[in-house]
Amino acid sequence: MEAKNNMQPASKRGTNGRTRSAKWELKLYVAGQTAKSLQAFSNLKVICEEHLAGEYRIEIIDLLQNPQLAKGDQIFALPTLVRKLPEPVRKIIGDLSNTERVLVGLDLQPRPSAAAI
Amino acid sequence: MRSTKSKPAPFPKCPTGIHGLDEITLGGLPRGRPTLVCGGAGCGKTLLGMEFLVRGATEFNEPGVCLSFEETADELATNVASLGFDLATLIAHKKLAIDHVYLERSLIEETGEYDLEALFVRLGHAVDSIGAKRVLLDSIEALFGGLEGQSVLRAELRRLFRWLKERGLTTVVTGERGQATLTRHGLEEYLSDCVILLDHQVTETVLTRRLRVVKYRGSTHGMNEYPFLIESDGISVLPVTSMDLKYGVCNERASTGVPDLDTMFGGHGYFRGSSILVSGTSGTGKTSLTAHFADAACARGEKCVFFSFEESAAQIMRNMRSIGINLKRWVDKGLLHFHSVRPTTFGLEMHLVKIHKIIKQFNPSIVVVDPVTGLLHAGTPFETRSILLRLIDFLKEKQITALLTTLTGGSNAQEQTEIDISSLVDAWLLLRDIESGGERNRGIYILKARGVAHSNQIREFLLTNHGVELREVYLGEVGLLTGSARVTQEAKDASAAMLGRQEIERKQLLLQRKRVVLDSQIAALQLDLETEEQESQQLIAQEKLKVAQWERDRGDMANSRFVNQRSHEGNGRSTKANGGQK
Repeated sequence: MEAKNNMQPASKRGTNGRTRSAKWELKLYVAGQTAKSLQAFSNLKVICEEHLAGEYRIEIIDLLQNPQLAKGDQIFALPTLVRKLPEPVRKIIGDLSNTERVLVGLDLQPRPSAAAI
Repeated sequence: MRSTKSKPAPFPKCPTGIHGLDEITLGGLPRGRPTLVCGGAGCGKTLLGMEFLVRGATEFNEPGVCLSFEETADELATNVASLGFDLATLIAHKKLAIDHVYLERSLIEETGEYDLEALFVRLGHAVDSIGAKRVLLDSIEALFGGLEGQSVLRAELRRLFRWLKERGLTTVVTGERGQATLTRHGLEEYLSDCVILLDHQVTETVLTRRLRVVKYRGSTHGMNEYPFLIESDGISVLPVTSMDLKYGVCNERASTGVPDLDTMFGGHGYFRGSSILVSGTSGTGKTSLTAHFADAACARGEKCVFFSFEESAAQIMRNMRSIGINLKRWVDKGLLHFHSVRPTTFGLEMHLVKIHKIIKQFNPSIVVVDPVTGLLHAGTPFETRSILLRLIDFLKEKQITALLTTLTGGSNAQEQTEIDISSLVDAWLLLRDIESGGERNRGIYILKARGVAHSNQIREFLLTNHGVELREVYLGEVGLLTGSARVTQEAKDASAAMLGRQEIERKQLLLQRKRVVLDSQIAALQLDLETEEQESQQLIAQEKLKVAQWERDRGDMANSRFVNQRSHEGNGRSTKANGGQK
């Protein structure tokens, strides 16, 4: 589980040195270290560093280890990024490769229809 | 069921525990495979799926998992509570797990490649946590509405069903019916082992739910549309036509409850397990006859169900009391069960399902349907006939003696029932009016009785305050007489007979008298004769005496003359000799 080791420090890095009440609380649900989940994590990291530097905390939840957690956040697709904070809760599924849509999903950017042209 | 008995099933089946469905599918759903249950909104897909899980958990010790995409666990629990299923308890006992998958497209942003692994994780976790053998996916099509990536979804569904198969989970997948396809999103493409279609039709304001097994790979199954009921204890599917004519027969007889009628049936009554039709115009006593039969059966300790489509139970009991039949005591004892319902309450099939259900619950040896023609109100004659065929079939299979009454209209030919079921029944009693002399009387005869040497006589049928009585009808020179005409004629005959008797007596008396007279005459004549005889004897004796006297006198004279001659001529002897010759 080398990849996992890559990811966990990352999540810690997100919270490291920050107050408990980070403004952005994100949860990334994955199932093991698949290509998609690794991709999602690295994409997320880039986006967060770019837009939310110092204000975010990422928690990685591996459903293979904690399958019961899927129910609580209504996870059905993987990978899924859940924005727990700020409210309201938003869900973004996929490997987060479409940055535009991730930003829309995180409410960091208005919907494309409104932002068109 | 037949095929499972005679030869091993092609593959193991998983009994659903749903009334009738296991019969149609000859044992249940394909074990370890997914089954698609599709149908329009409100046709009972979810209920069927839930019952499959609940029955599995309670009756077959197979825990189940419900992955619900539409309703929450609480909503589901409330919905099926009306069927008597207690989901909370089952969940507490780890017999059932419900996972609600909530999908809201507007809250989900799709940002690249993904899969539905989380669903697998959730399902797998739920299955493992209770050791589930059964799964319900209700309704997985919600995914199509919740996600954009349809191609991903299709690939994932394929994987999901394969995954379910690999884990040997018997699964029910529900799907909304599409315009031209079985399901809106073509689920049937992935689920080809077994497809069950639910449907509901409204004909003349009456709703009938139907179920059809569209496909069952590797197994025979009932092909027809089967009506089903959603009732307080779950779903009942009615396997309407039995596969073959193979019921056992019984040589035992059951009394009709009317001794005279038993006599007409060769002295023993109806065959057990046979179907008897009692037809007649209104007011001919059909119900009374059935009440007798029910009464007699209950008196023997047998159970009886009385289906009434015209009168309420209380009404029948009151009316029958007027002819001396107390049915209430049997109801109180639990031997008699009334089921009175308006024919129009629900569709024909529903009636049949109901009847099936009650019979299965109550397990009677005798069933009365009064009148079967009432069912005509719930359907066309053709449908009614087919329903009755199915009913009779079912009753025969169960070896239940059935008494069916049918009302014939006054204008119809009497020997024709309106729904033309005469060929289906084993015995047919015809009650008819006999109108004569300003009176209307009842007559009864046996039109047919398969396998019974029955009477060919028309008998008069009387409803007395102690029940039905049969009388010989009067068949004399004047023809068939009933009622008061018969009574009058009988009185006439009786008086004629009495007159005849008196005449004979009179003649005998006369003869005797004559004999006495003649005898006395004979005696008198005899007496006369004797008198005459006596007289003549007397005369003879007198005459003899006279002759003797005369001779004596002559002798004396001769003597005296001889004396004279001897003294005068001297030859007295010759004179004496002459005198002797004289």
